[in-house]
Amino acid sequence: MMNSWLVNRFGLRIEKQIRVSPWISLLIPFTSIVLALLVGAIFLSLTGNDPWKVYGVMFKGAFGSVFGLSESVVNAIPLLMTGLAVALAFRMLLWNIGAEGQFYMGAFAASWVALSFPHAPTYLVMPGMLLAGFAGGALWGLLPAIPRALLGVNETLTTLMLNYVAILWVDSLVYGPWRDPQGYNFPLTAQFSSAAILPTLGNTRIHAGVFLALAAAVIVHIILKHTVWGYEIRVIGESQKAAKYAGINVVKNILLVMLLSGGLSGLAGYCEVAGITHRLQESISPGYGYTAIIVAWLGKLNPWAIIVVSFLFGGFLVGGYTMQSAGLPAATVSILQGAILFFVLAGEILTRYRICVVERRNDR
Amino acid sequence: MVSVLAAAVTAGTPILYATLGELFAERAGILNLGVEGMMLVGAVSGFIATVHTGNHWLGLLVAMVAGGLMALIHAVLTVSLQANQVVSGLALTIFGTGLSAYLGKSMIGTPVPSPFESFELGFLSHIPFIGKILFQHDALVYLTYLLVPLCWYYFYQTPSGLNLRAAGENPGATDAAGLNVNRIRYSAVCMGGVLAGIGGAYLSLAYAPSWLENMTAGRGWIAVALVIFAIWDPLRALLGAYLFGGIEALGFRLQAVGITVSPFYLKMLPYLFTILVLILVTSSNRRLRAGAPAALGLPYEREER
Repeated sequence: MMNSWLVNRFGLRIEKQIRVSPWISLLIPFTSIVLALLVGAIFLSLTGNDPWKVYGVMFKGAFGSVFGLSESVVNAIPLLMTGLAVALAFRMLLWNIGAEGQFYMGAFAASWVALSFPHAPTYLVMPGMLLAGFAGGALWGLLPAIPRALLGVNETLTTLMLNYVAILWVDSLVYGPWRDPQGYNFPLTAQFSSAAILPTLGNTRIHAGVFLALAAAVIVHIILKHTVWGYEIRVIGESQKAAKYAGINVVKNILLVMLLSGGLSGLAGYCEVAGITHRLQESISPGYGYTAIIVAWLGKLNPWAIIVVSFLFGGFLVGGYTMQSAGLPAATVSILQGAILFFVLAGEILTRYRICVVERRNDR
Repeated sequence: MVSVLAAAVTAGTPILYATLGELFAERAGILNLGVEGMMLVGAVSGFIATVHTGNHWLGLLVAMVAGGLMALIHAVLTVSLQANQVVSGLALTIFGTGLSAYLGKSMIGTPVPSPFESFELGFLSHIPFIGKILFQHDALVYLTYLLVPLCWYYFYQTPSGLNLRAAGENPGATDAAGLNVNRIRYSAVCMGGVLAGIGGAYLSLAYAPSWLENMTAGRGWIAVALVIFAIWDPLRALLGAYLFGGIEALGFRLQAVGITVSPFYLKMLPYLFTILVLILVTSSNRRLRAGAPAALGLPYEREER
C-alpha cells in the first residue's frame, strides 16, 4: 500500500536488504547521537536551561582538558569491562542485565581479600584480589544462569533482581561490620594497604585497570571470532533451535557465558576498589552496569566498537559530574543516554530496509 | 495481623496497577521492560501536577498521560519500527529514570498539599476482619477492586479483548481476519503505560506522599515478574500483587517490632522472593507456561506473513 504510493508518487520503493553497507552501520550511531543531543537541546530549553551552555559545560568538562580527558578514560574502564560482559551475553541472546550487581559482588570479594590480608605483599594480594573479583562477579552471574539453563527461568528478571540484592549486601557491610571505626560514621571501610592499590599513570587517576580492560576486549574478540566456543555462542544467538540441531550444548554455553560475563563485571568492580576508591563504600557504581547495556548495543556488540563507545560514554559521565557542579542534575545525562538508544533502535530499520529509485513507467 | 494484611493491600496496589498494565501490552504480544521508567515518570509528573494545582485527581490524570506517552515511544520503536523489545524497554527505563530525576530535582522534600486520604467505604468497612483489611483505604485502592474484574471481563468476554489476545497469539491470523494488528498493539502498549503511570502516582500521592529519586525501587520490575507469576491473568495478578505487598509490609513490621535482623536483609526480601517465585512458577508446572502469548516479543512483519 505504502509502497505503491511511493512508487507512483516519487518513483521510490522500500525493499528488504540482506547486506548492510558499512556506511549505514557507521552512520546510524553518529546520527543517533546528534539527534539525541538535538532532542535534548529542545528539552533543555523548554525546561528553562540554555542548551548551548549546558552542552558547553559538559563537553569542556569531559574532553576540554587533559584532566577531563583522563577522567573520561577513568570512567571508561568500568564501562568497557561491563560493556564487554553485557555484549558477550547479548551475543547469544542471553539478557544479562545484572552487570551492576556482578560489579558490586566483584568489588566486595576483592575488598574482602584486601581487608583480610592487610600485611600481605603486593605479589600475593594483587592476584588474590583479581581472582576474588572475578570469582565474585562470576558466581553472581552463575546464580541466575543455573535456573535459566535448566528450567528456562527468565534471566532478564532474575539478573536484575540480584542487582538490588548485591547493592543491599554491600550496604549492609559498609553500614555494619565492615565500617571503618575511624571513618566518622561514613558508610565506607578502612583504606586498603598500599600493596592492594593499583598503580596510576602520572598525575592522573588512570590506573593499571585500563590494560586489563583493553586485554579483556582483545580476549572477547578472540573468543567470539576465532574459537569454536565463540562460534557456538554466535550460532545460539542466531537460532537456539539450529544450535540444538547442530548438537551444540546450549545448557553448558549458558552457564559458561554467564560465568565469564559476570566475571568481567566482577573484574570491573575489582578495578574500581583497587584503582579508584581504595576501599569498599556505598554506591560504588553510578550505574555502570546499566550504562553498559547502551554501550554494548551502540557498539553493535563488537569489542572494538565498544572500546570507542565506552570512552565516549565515560566522557558523558564526566560531563554529567561537571554539569552537577554547574547546578544541573547529573540525571540529564541518563536522559541523553536513553534518547541515543531510542534513535539507534529506530535507525536499525535502515539496516533491514533500503529505499531505491525505480524506473518510472511511461504508460501513465 | 490485620494491620499487616491491610498494609499488604496498600503496598501491593502500585504493583497491581503496573502488573495490569504490563498484562495489556504482553497479551497483545509486546514485552515492555520499561515499566520501572514509566512508573517513575508517572510518579514525578503526578506529583508536580498535584503540587501546582492542589488537586490530586488532576495529578493522577497527568500521571496517566505521562505514562501513556512514555509507552508510546516503546510502541513506535517496537511496533512500527520492529526494534528489539528487550533493548527498547531497557532504554525506556534508563530514559525514565533520568527524566524523572531531572524533573523532580527541585521537588525533593516538598510535601503534597492534598494526598489521597483513606476513608471508610460505608458499611463494608464494618465487616469484621475483612472490612479492616480491604475497606479502609484510599480511592485508588478501591478503584482496583473494580479494575481487576473489569480487565478480566475485557480480556475474556468482549470482542475487543479477544482481538487483543489474538494479536498476541497469532498476529498473522489476526491480520488476515481484517484486524489492524499495529493499532491493537499500539493501544495495548499505551494502556500499559497509563496504568503504570497510575501505579507510580499511587506511590508519590498516596503510599508515601513525597518525591524521592528512584522511589519505585524496582517495583516496576517486580510487576514484570508478576505477569509471569499471574500466567497473564488479571485475577491472579491481584493475588500476586498482594503477596508481594505482604512481603514488603512484613519487612516494615519486623523492623518496627525491633527484630535484630539488619534492615538491609529485610529490604532484600521482595527481590529474593521474586526470584524464588519465578523459579517455582517456571519449574513446578511447565504446563502453565502455555499461558504466555505465543507471539510475545516477536515483531510482526506483514510481508513475512
